[in-house]
Amino acid sequence: MVSNLKTLSSRIRGMFSHKRQEEEFSDEIREHLDLLTEENVRRGMSLAEARREAKIRLGGSAQLRETHRELTGVPFFETLVQDIRYAARMLRKSPGFTAVAVLTLALGIGANTAIFSAVNPILFEPLPYSHPERIMTIWGIFQGARSRVTFYNYRELLERNRSFDALAIFELWQPTMTGPNEPELLDGQNVTYGYFRALGVEPAMGRDFQPSDDAFHGPLVTILSYGLWQRRFGGDRSILGRQITLDGDSYTVIGVMPRGFDDVLSPTTEIWSPDQYNTANITDTNSVEWGNHCSVVARLKPNVSFGQAQADIAMIARTPMAEFPRPRWANLHLGFIVDSLQDDVTRGVKPALLAVVGAVVLVLLIACVNVTNLLLARGAQRRGEFAMRVALGAGRFRLVQQLLTESLLLALIGGVLGLLVAQVGVKTLVALSPPDLPRLSAISLDQKVFLFALGLTAAIGLVVGLIPALHASRSDLQTGLKEGSRQSGGSHQFTRRALVVAEVALALVLLVSAGLLLRSLSRLLAVDTGFDASNVLTMQVQTAGHKFDDSAPTGNRVRFFRQALENVRDVPGVESAAFTSLLPLTDDTQYGSYGAEFEKDKKSYGVFRYVVSPGYFETMRMPLRRGRYLNKGDAADAPHVVVISESLAKEEFGNQDPIGQRAHVGGFPNWPWYTVVGVVGDVKQASLIASEPDAVYITPEQSWFADEAMSLVVHTRGDAATLTPNIKKAIWSVDKDQPIVRIATMEHLLAATAAERSFTLILFEAFGIVALVLAAVGIYGVLSGNVTERTREIGIRVALGAPRGNILRLIVQQGMALTALGALIGLAGALAASRAIVSLLFAVSPVDVITYAGVVVVLAGVSLIACGVPAWRAARVDPLVALRYE
Amino acid sequence: MTDSKSEILQGTLDLMVLKTLAAMGPLHGYGIARRIEQISEEALRLNQGTIYASLVRLQQKGWIKGAWGASENNRKAKFYSLTRSGKKQLSAESENWERIASVIGRVLQLEERG
Repeated sequence: MVSNLKTLSSRIRGMFSHKRQEEEFSDEIREHLDLLTEENVRRGMSLAEARREAKIRLGGSAQLRETHRELTGVPFFETLVQDIRYAARMLRKSPGFTAVAVLTLALGIGANTAIFSAVNPILFEPLPYSHPERIMTIWGIFQGARSRVTFYNYRELLERNRSFDALAIFELWQPTMTGPNEPELLDGQNVTYGYFRALGVEPAMGRDFQPSDDAFHGPLVTILSYGLWQRRFGGDRSILGRQITLDGDSYTVIGVMPRGFDDVLSPTTEIWSPDQYNTANITDTNSVEWGNHCSVVARLKPNVSFGQAQADIAMIARTPMAEFPRPRWANLHLGFIVDSLQDDVTRGVKPALLAVVGAVVLVLLIACVNVTNLLLARGAQRRGEFAMRVALGAGRFRLVQQLLTESLLLALIGGVLGLLVAQVGVKTLVALSPPDLPRLSAISLDQKVFLFALGLTAAIGLVVGLIPALHASRSDLQTGLKEGSRQSGGSHQFTRRALVVAEVALALVLLVSAGLLLRSLSRLLAVDTGFDASNVLTMQVQTAGHKFDDSAPTGNRVRFFRQALENVRDVPGVESAAFTSLLPLTDDTQYGSYGAEFEKDKKSYGVFRYVVSPGYFETMRMPLRRGRYLNKGDAADAPHVVVISESLAKEEFGNQDPIGQRAHVGGFPNWPWYTVVGVVGDVKQASLIASEPDAVYITPEQSWFADEAMSLVVHTRGDAATLTPNIKKAIWSVDKDQPIVRIATMEHLLAATAAERSFTLILFEAFGIVALVLAAVGIYGVLSGNVTERTREIGIRVALGAPRGNILRLIVQQGMALTALGALIGLAGALAASRAIVSLLFAVSPVDVITYAGVVVVLAGVSLIACGVPAWRAARVDPLVALRYE
Repeated sequence: MTDSKSEILQGTLDLMVLKTLAAMGPLHGYGIARRIEQISEEALRLNQGTIYASLVRLQQKGWIKGAWGASENNRKAKFYSLTRSGKKQLSAESENWERIASVIGRVLQLEERG
């Protein structure tokens, strides 16, 4: 031990007097050589002979100096600098190779870093709250799926649970803020007092909500987000206690949330206000408090486990108490679903994100295989150099070290470029991301991402360098020197072919997945929506302010919408226009579900309630199956009528004629019967995938309440979007204070419902194309190297009379054999991979023959091109040149 | 570089260098090599370059030290001599060597009888 330390310290001291030491050593062995020579001369040799013999006895002076250097230096640090310099020189010497390798690695590292930066905060990092693992969401169960709960269910949970420190409900709230600036529609939440306690955050300024804020008709208070406070109030600290006007009411600002607070339950939220429900009205089941519109969030007590909380909540659901009566739709027979917030938030996007991670890892693998292959090919070209270095005294370990330095340097350059790629990639990702991707604000190239990229780069440098380095250092000194760089060693050819096969297989897996997603998306977009989206412009028009408080169908709301519609119809370029309470394929459909009960057999259906102005069906081009559409005559004083969807007619009446039958809609027995006057075709409502087509259509005048917000649908002549300003003007000419939001063409809304799929698909397509190109480069590289190495053999064949066609076929066959083998292995991999992404597929089997066949054809085509170029070169080999080639 | 044959040779060469220096006093590399060959009555023909690896190792362990001086025909040469710890090491190594040699000898005899 002590002597080891001594050795090391002597070596380190040696580092500083390095040059002098080496000179001295040279002197020393020169002297030795002279003495040996003299001795030989004394024995009677000629001077030249004596010198030659002396050199043999002593050994090569370069080798001696190398050994001496190894023994006296601190080998790692010393050779490292030297190796890096040498590696840089080697990379500069072959710019083509360096460029291809660096670009390949940059693509691989960049894509992976970008995806990591997006996926890490969403799936893996804990949410930005204290003890985020203790935050739970609680859901009801309706038809096997999660559903919101009623306010009184929340009250029961709040009073009876023993597991939670805080438990609160939250709902969407979109108030319009008016005041000195122009009116602005804000995204907000109505919450009960425990909301921020459940999340574990406190306002940065002012106070949190308290139980008294939730009192029915209590004082109106509000908490602002840091962003809103900065944007609308210039960060003015005197904001606390000030009054702001929301929907015509005066609210007192009591707090401002901290900067960087990310409300993952509703990321766009900028303002919060208490949910003020009536706790004393529990026996009136027609009240809003018994509607299923509340989401629940809660924080576990420190000493309570997830399982205990689940049992606690299940027990509450199982054992009703007299003081908490429950109507039929809130009876909790099916219990509750308790989920961690983290899982809840990522539930929707997890399969897609994991699939993307899988795809990008495949790309990285292919990139690594490709660079390994390039390095192997270069190793083959440099065999002469390696042999020379071994002859000059380099040890095998030394050679491996040198080659690994080269590959690490390559990876490092690739990594730096990769970070640039990642930067662009992250921007693109955020721009392309589907609207429901949570934690978007947390996606950035931060320290963690840099560490990830660095680790990845180092790992890649070692992985891609190891096989080529071992190969090169194994090469036989004798043949290497003798044959220069021309002849091929069998074993490295085998490795390179194996790698190409692997590359083709990986590319095929990726391409099949991309193909299946592509087919899914095109199937999805080809789904018959039941209406014609072309040339249809939509926007939501809201009624804000106290003059619209009256929700009776005879009140101001209905009058406003009727007048606005008349003005819109007069706008040049408008062919037809109508209002509807629900716009298909938007989240309107979350709130529009009601019961419908037919007189015939008292059977009740869950249906979507569409309140539409006459002309809606014509504007949406919905086909009439029986009877008539709604028209102007269906006014408040006329008999109440309803148009029903085709599926509802079939379910209730089979082949009978439903016209003239009567139904109650909305569960109000005292309201007049609606008589069925028409049947229209089904439309896709909540989404393109779901098929819950039952719907009823009534006029605003005959509805039991007037909707606050209606969507305008306009069928235009020509381009829909250009009419937007004139249409807005037409509406504002009735009342200039009413917000108009969510302006979009119907075609755009259609595309948006497929946003998550197209997001995944775009990434898979990009990765698939990269994989295909890399695989083609790999095949090309191997064959092209092979042709170069066999130039002499091919020359001889041609000289002996082999037709050029044969030569062409020989090379192409070789390449295609590799492709075929790779494709075969890839097919097996693709079968496994497609099973993993099955939840992302729509109307396409994971073993879809067309996709598999298509991908194989594309892959074969591309590899044929990659084989073609070297084959063509081989066929043109001039035997005379080839034989002189060596 | 690290196979067992050269390892044994290394150890023995180091021991021979130490012993030579102990017996002869300060010597330069050529002198050491020459002396070892003479002692072995030319049975051992060294690749003389390996002496220098041995000399570096012994210097790093502090068992010998080198100093520049004039050689017999008055040229500049590096002379190596034993240090105090080198002497201690030599006696320890010699004992060790003899023990091993006698064990090997006995084992070999045993094989001849059997």
